[in-house]
Amino acid sequence: MIRKTVANVEEALKGIKDGMTFMVGGFGLCGIPENIIAELVKIGVKDITCISNNAGVDDFGLGLLLHKHQIRKMVSSYVGENDEFERQMLSGELEVELTPQGTLAEKCRAAQAGFPAFYTPAGYGTEVAQGKETREFNGKMYVLEEAFKADFSFVKAWKGDEAGNLIFKGTARNFNPAMCGAATITVAEVEELLPAGSLDPNEIHVPGIFVQRIFQGKDYEKRIEQLTVRTLK
Amino acid sequence: MLDKNGIAKRIAKEVRDGYYVNLGIGIPTLVANFVRDDISVEFQSENGVLGMGPFPFEGEEDADIINAGKQTITTLPGASFFDSVTSFGMIRGQHVDLTILGAMEVSETGDIANWKIPGKMVKGMGGAMDLVASAENIIVAMMHTNRAGESKLLKKCSLPLTGVGCVKKIVTNLAVIEVTPKGFKLLERAPGISVEEIVKATEGTLIVEGEIPEMEL
Repeated sequence: MIRKTVANVEEALKGIKDGMTFMVGGFGLCGIPENIIAELVKIGVKDITCISNNAGVDDFGLGLLLHKHQIRKMVSSYVGENDEFERQMLSGELEVELTPQGTLAEKCRAAQAGFPAFYTPAGYGTEVAQGKETREFNGKMYVLEEAFKADFSFVKAWKGDEAGNLIFKGTARNFNPAMCGAATITVAEVEELLPAGSLDPNEIHVPGIFVQRIFQGKDYEKRIEQLTVRTLK
Repeated sequence: MLDKNGIAKRIAKEVRDGYYVNLGIGIPTLVANFVRDDISVEFQSENGVLGMGPFPFEGEEDADIINAGKQTITTLPGASFFDSVTSFGMIRGQHVDLTILGAMEVSETGDIANWKIPGKMVKGMGGAMDLVASAENIIVAMMHTNRAGESKLLKKCSLPLTGVGCVKKIVTNLAVIEVTPKGFKLLERAPGISVEEIVKATEGTLIVEGEIPEMEL
């Protein structure tokens, strides 16, 4: 067994520098690496490029980094829940690259799996395809999209073991699996870190080979963005 | 004239037994409330769930179980969770039978614009571009006109496009319209709405052939 455990978030983030590109897992506030984001705010690393489906909300998730002006560029598919984000984008302080959600996921997966690029129909005929190579296959037009390149991937899982194997819960899985192994170093924080052998190998979602560092997260807030309930009849 | 629930109710009639359906945010989400309960349908949400159920009862919500609108949800027996790559594999690979989404504008050639108003609103396309580029069966749910009273069914979209030539059917507060190679074709009128009112509210070419029936809801 190859051990991937590190003692804490400080150790997990060794080697991060200003100007780096980070992949950050999560959909909205669901499945985001809360401990890592808090530590990035604390360290004050800046000029970073963040590849993440969303940009958090004003006072949580990646919104915390935006608030401190630590992010130079966001690569996302949907950024609608964040006023500070919108202000920085419209004023030109923040560079934004909007990418269709499925393309965003596949650009992570391509980086993970060793594909330099792939063709997708998403965005053909729109401004997303501008300047990109297009090609016809079987009578339909496709756009060539390139794999991401990133220095660190930051993901959050439900359970993990010392070997770096990960299991996710519910829709908190989202972009996290595709980001594992898609950057030079993948750091996973988990709600429950277990000894090797505790998890059933049949139920692993991400094998430990894709993870370089894993640590036990703490104090998860798991904020709900849109609490929606039905009333008892 | 239909309200948002009326539009959802009419679209629900398009949902067939055995369909996997992706519902967009807004009016499309309401469609789930009106699908006949004697047919088997599974709702997909692109953030990674198939077999979505109703909203949870108060106190039973789980922060780890949400839909693409970031709302707390429940799952039904037979449901599954998956990652974003798999989710968009279902969409891009045309395994989802019906996609219902909202729009700001639709053109008579089936182009759709629903993600950006330059200089005003730039929230992003989310999964909409992937959905419209791949789905064979796309229904747009929207109001026939915008808040300024201008038609949203146009000869050509004025806003940045989400997809080209992809919309097949449109259900609005006034009408059910099919997108054909010759333009918009009027299929049904909303209760109490005349053909003339629909013609007036439609900027693009509108084909009206024979008697146009009133919608059955």
